[in-house]
Amino acid sequence: MDPTLSLLLNGVVSGLLLGGLYAAAASGLAISFGMLDIVNIAHPALMVAAGMSVVLLGTALGLDPLLVAVLQAPAFFLLGTLLYRAYHHFFERRGDEALQGLAFFFGVMFIVEVGLVLLLGPEQRFLDPDYAFVTWRLGEVDVPLRMLAPALLALAAIAALWVFLRRSFTGLAIAAVAQDPEALRLMAVDPVRIKRIAFGLSIALASIAGGALVVVQPIEPASHQVFIGRVFAICIMGGMASLPGCVLAAFLFGVVENVTASFYGPSWSPAVAFGWLLLVLAFRPQGLFGRLA
Amino acid sequence: MSELTRRGLGRTALAGALTTAAGSAIAPWPALGQGANPIRIGCSMSLSGGLAANGRSAQLAQRIWAEDVNARGGLLGRPVQLVSYDDQSNPANVPALYTKLVDVDKVDLVTSPYATAMIAPSMPVVMQRGMCYVTLFGAGVNERLKYDRYFSMNVTGDDIKGHYARGFLECTKMLPHPVRSLSILAVDNDFAQRAAESVRGMAREYGLRIVYDRSYPPTTVDFTPTIRAIQAQRPDVVFFASYPPDSNGILRAVSELKLSAALLGGGMVGPQIAAVQAQLGPILNNLVTWDVYSPEPTMQFPGVVEFQEKYRARAPAEQTDVLGNYLQPYAYAQMQVIAQSLARIGKIDQEALAKDMHANGFETIVGPIRFSALGEWAEPRNLFVQFQNIADGDLEKYKKPGAKVILYPPALKSGELKSPYGAPA
Repeated sequence: MDPTLSLLLNGVVSGLLLGGLYAAAASGLAISFGMLDIVNIAHPALMVAAGMSVVLLGTALGLDPLLVAVLQAPAFFLLGTLLYRAYHHFFERRGDEALQGLAFFFGVMFIVEVGLVLLLGPEQRFLDPDYAFVTWRLGEVDVPLRMLAPALLALAAIAALWVFLRRSFTGLAIAAVAQDPEALRLMAVDPVRIKRIAFGLSIALASIAGGALVVVQPIEPASHQVFIGRVFAICIMGGMASLPGCVLAAFLFGVVENVTASFYGPSWSPAVAFGWLLLVLAFRPQGLFGRLA
Repeated sequence: MSELTRRGLGRTALAGALTTAAGSAIAPWPALGQGANPIRIGCSMSLSGGLAANGRSAQLAQRIWAEDVNARGGLLGRPVQLVSYDDQSNPANVPALYTKLVDVDKVDLVTSPYATAMIAPSMPVVMQRGMCYVTLFGAGVNERLKYDRYFSMNVTGDDIKGHYARGFLECTKMLPHPVRSLSILAVDNDFAQRAAESVRGMAREYGLRIVYDRSYPPTTVDFTPTIRAIQAQRPDVVFFASYPPDSNGILRAVSELKLSAALLGGGMVGPQIAAVQAQLGPILNNLVTWDVYSPEPTMQFPGVVEFQEKYRARAPAEQTDVLGNYLQPYAYAQMQVIAQSLARIGKIDQEALAKDMHANGFETIVGPIRFSALGEWAEPRNLFVQFQNIADGDLEKYKKPGAKVILYPPALKSGELKSPYGAPA
């Protein structure tokens, strides 16, 4: 195969795999930020906390990190509901959710990072399953399982969530609360409870993303800083409240980053990827799958 | 007498400590002789954030030094007390912390935070107050400032561009076959860019044609496409200038794509750290990279073994690097410089300290040191080591000679180069 074509093909494939990780990290935000209008800037920090928990539990129990991520997701769901309770009680209920709510989640982010340093130390933590050192070679294309396995888990979790949101009453209520909480109240559904469940789901997704991240790379308490800009950009590019849009935007981000890195060097990757974001917003201000208000 | 530690503080008042970490004073050392007018030495250190791994282990090393000194009766007959604040790895926090240390806490002496990015913003405060300043792992900070009370505990010397990559390129002469092509990949930060500039500038002298020369942002997650682009150029020699955790990502991608080269490594920061060594295991085998310390027989300077024994006994409980084979001996030596100078002049006088440090040499656990006019090491000592016989991630081997063999400089050389990178142990 022509070397340039091989580079392109591998850039696209590795970009799609990277997009799987980005989708895992951004999908939870699509719920909290996109559907609930809660600027949870602590989402990547919670993802890293989940990753740390995966390392500790996985090491202690001898379990696969992705399995641990799934098993601990209910605990993170509960954590999410508790966080929302606090946020609602102190800010949203009083109409202070805009600036003070943002400050709240900034504080949560800070507490999570420093708390991890105090409890676990600042060192890198890792938990490598055996398959993380295996690379499938499909002709000219390399597919490292280190990237493939987390991407598949992330897509499966997002697909399950999407089905839940489209088929279940609670899922439809979550979609409704994003549009009109008062209308929901008229139908005898407590919008605060629905929001609490939705926020819990978003943090449960952070658990999945944390497990995916651990397989991809070692983590440290400050690792979340790498993801903050990207996950918000992906969420916005996808159309805020749209899970399919979020996945598509994550793939686009990953592919643009990696193809750019292949041909023009990695220093151009963020500029070109965020340039795509601007381009998308210029032609579709509502994002790829978003609806105009 | 109770020891007030940062962790202890955190455990008893976690929430409060967390939310006020930026502004809280930390005095993690024994409050020895508070009635005996202790000599107070202040610094900011990265105890959280991206630089915390090295910051916390440096702090442990300095704490061990303070305990050693106090056990011997202190300095100038007074106990030593260290005062430290967490700069959160954020350069913007540093000037205010040094202002507080000097103007409010009225410490007698100041030492630096860890690394160039944190040292640079402290310089205006330190210079305005005329403090004698011994820094830790800064690179070229004083190049333009030319502050005559600045002294650097770092092996890079005055001329990073002219010296840094020399050792790596000298290793090409040890290869069985001549090499022709070189690829360079460096992270976008000051130190790595200087390292890349150094190898770029000397490549022609070693008959190397540069076939790939790129930078990457510190936020890069996936290095696979970049390594593949390097692989497409088929370089004989590969030079990376990277920081953790990028070094880890780069070497994982190198392993996955089976990139091989006669000489691969360069100025990578990360493989010196125990956690990285544990994770990467055999991926490190035959990697040739910059370093500052290796427990080879040629580096057994007086006191270093005793220091490492104390450090390693406490590191697991402190949840910091368990080996102490990187900056930790230098953090201890940084304090030895201050102690020896104080002992010579017999008083705390910033001007006299600086004059003494310029005029005299120091015997430290990292060897004898003299400072240049710029305050850097007069004789640069960039080590280039090769990881050899690494078959797994067990860390015990790194406590003994043979795992990180010194190839350069010749005076410290402890083994022969093995090539290529990618060959099994």
